[in-house]
Amino acid sequence: MEKEITVTLNGESKTVTVEPRLLLVHLIRENLNATGTHIGCDTSHCGACTILLDGKSVKSCTILAIQANGKKITTVEGLATAEGLHALQEGFKENHALHCGFCTPGMMMRAVELLQKNPNPTEDEIRWGISGNLCRCTGYNNIVKAIQYAGAKMRGEKLPSTEPIFV
Amino acid sequence: MIPAAFDYSSPSTLSEALALLKQHGDDAKILAGGHSLIPMMKLRFASPAHLIDINNVPGLSYIKEDGGFLKIGALTREVMLEESDLIRSKFPIFTDASKLIADPQVRNMGTIGGNIAHGDAANDHPALMLALRAEVVITGGSGSRTVPIDEFFFGFYSTAVKAGEILTEIKIPMPPKGSGSAYHKLERKVGDYATAGVAVYIVLDKGTCTQVGIGLTNVNATPLRASRSEGVLKGNKITDALIEQAAQSAAEDCNPSADLRGDVEYKRAMVKVLVKRMIRKAIDRAK
Repeated sequence: MEKEITVTLNGESKTVTVEPRLLLVHLIRENLNATGTHIGCDTSHCGACTILLDGKSVKSCTILAIQANGKKITTVEGLATAEGLHALQEGFKENHALHCGFCTPGMMMRAVELLQKNPNPTEDEIRWGISGNLCRCTGYNNIVKAIQYAGAKMRGEKLPSTEPIFV
Repeated sequence: MIPAAFDYSSPSTLSEALALLKQHGDDAKILAGGHSLIPMMKLRFASPAHLIDINNVPGLSYIKEDGGFLKIGALTREVMLEESDLIRSKFPIFTDASKLIADPQVRNMGTIGGNIAHGDAANDHPALMLALRAEVVITGGSGSRTVPIDEFFFGFYSTAVKAGEILTEIKIPMPPKGSGSAYHKLERKVGDYATAGVAVYIVLDKGTCTQVGIGLTNVNATPLRASRSEGVLKGNKITDALIEQAAQSAAEDCNPSADLRGDVEYKRAMVKVLVKRMIRKAIDRAK
């Protein structure tokens, strides 16, 4: 059985014929060639596959492509605009919040919803907020800093220092 | 990992969904949040020939107070329970549990109905339902029936939901004055299933316990009511000695399996610790 589905990917309408068992992450990566979204564990633990589905951050490895029919998908490729980098991209860059970068797209997409729901989160709220995303490289501290930086930028406030925190 | 091939329907009404269930019988599974089912299908532990996606069926997602009950639609996402003011003010046990169920992304998709209907003793909501003495509304082709939670769980992945039926609502009696509730689950990391989880609901009248419910997560083949522990507390003024006795009974009465989360002795010891802590926390909130 194959079905035709239509999704909006980063603002562009895409129509694809899919088997019902096609996972959303495969639709995004293979059919739609948006490979910024990564498959880390395939068991819904690591969050590297996190995207926004109608604005909600979800793990695309645990959703069927057919469930996204008629919905809006936002991936990391949709963050930057003609004006430049998204505040989160700038934050991750300025605060050294990535090493290998594998977890980064998922982290940023999760942070988009986190900041949208809670524009001025505490450090604890950020750490709980990204608890569905695993990073093997950074130790998370700079990721937290990057999200705080992005939050401040989006609130139009003074940007916090990007200097490393020595403990 | 890729699921085995299946056919897929996306009904737009509950009657359509029920008709499809009846048509496909054992070959069909309901898809709600999908965050228990799809991982199983990806590992090929489940390969239903037909998936009935009920995410587009209206009227199954709500949190409301009605006729002395808190009524929650089966399709209500975990995140909605987490963010509901009504639940936060009257049922802090849900707020405790929401933080501990999986992670934020999974909570955007997972539903309370699915968490209970899946029949997995490792899911968190069943223990809460036992503690709160909830009722489950199950809808089939000929109408709805209400099942008390103590008659809902039969065995491993086995519940009172029969072929051709869908779990549609959970009803919880609104708590009286002097009630308190709490839940905690010990887990190795965020998103893990419980090493042990304990839900306590208590009603105090001038220091005497008039109602009590204690539910245990993942230390038995089914979600377990700690009946003996409840018996220790009910009708009595709660003392440290009684709390100790209730906790000891729960540790003895559960049946944990040894696994990577711990051996049997360890899990029993953790049940005892958590029961003590949750009784105290529920009592604190009851004041």
